[in-house]
Amino acid sequence: MMRYMWPFVIFMALAGFLYVGLGLNPHEVPSPLINKPAPAFTLPQLHDPAKQFSSQDMKGKVWLFNVWASWCVSCREEHPVLMALARQNIVPIYGLDYKDRNEDGEAWLRNGGDPYTLVITDADGRVGIDYGVYGVPETYVIDKQGVIRYKQIGAVTHESLQEKILPLIAELQAK
Amino acid sequence: MKYLLILLVCLFPTFSHAGEARDLADDPVLEKRMVNLAQNLRCLVCQNESLASSHSDLAKDLRQEVRDQMQKGMTDQEIIDYLVSRYGDFVLFDPPVKSYTLLLWYGPFALLLIGLVGLVVQLRKRKNAAPESQLSAEEAQRAATLLNQPKDSQT
Repeated sequence: MMRYMWPFVIFMALAGFLYVGLGLNPHEVPSPLINKPAPAFTLPQLHDPAKQFSSQDMKGKVWLFNVWASWCVSCREEHPVLMALARQNIVPIYGLDYKDRNEDGEAWLRNGGDPYTLVITDADGRVGIDYGVYGVPETYVIDKQGVIRYKQIGAVTHESLQEKILPLIAELQAK
Repeated sequence: MKYLLILLVCLFPTFSHAGEARDLADDPVLEKRMVNLAQNLRCLVCQNESLASSHSDLAKDLRQEVRDQMQKGMTDQEIIDYLVSRYGDFVLFDPPVKSYTLLLWYGPFALLLIGLVGLVVQLRKRKNAAPESQLSAEEAQRAATLLNQPKDSQT
């Protein structure tokens, strides 16, 4: 009997692996920056390019760092979620307008609302590379010590907020 | 005037062609080094293309980043280390041997070994099995008649 069971068992194991593989998203590349210090940067602000913002200013605060652009399609989907989050006043959201023109970025925020505490611009995408950005939108949770604790690849959704991001923020803020 | 215009239109392709070479850096040696390095790196956007051949914006930016770092005098290994620290081992087409890639690297050899052991075990078993019994004279006779039967008698 075992003699006939073995090929079946092996087949089922293989089928199981392939089934799990089908469900994985190959575009979600795990970031090596998790639990590493967030790369430091100093960039001009969107609304007032003469003023600079430095990531060092955020020491001692838990914050969300959201990479977006006016040309980004999924950002449209994400925008209302961020607006709702901003109204709750739980965590400051800092936006990085990635490889965008200032006019376009500002127009986008005028039309759809501005959930950000502050927006900075990364016109040539250098800071994006430093953060390992490869698809917009991406969102980082950064803790009081300036360490990246979580990275959301793709749009932030109500589910990912409830299940991952908000519990993590609560935990980090309590520390 | 008309001829001048025609001449100008004819020259358009040459002008547009000249525009394409702009992605190349001024330094051909550095450019070659960059392409050699980028061929072994994966583009994060179109994942089965190398950084050297991809036309995505991110790949362009990353090629520029590699160029800049080379101009700063960083070695190829330092640049690779930088990109790995930002994007992970995923950017390498040649995955390094690590604890979680052991199965990837040595799994096929393990399977080969299992197959070989199985084969040897099977062959041994067959050897130890009872040898075929000899036919008695009577049986040999019967076999011969059966084998020599004309084909049409089967119908």
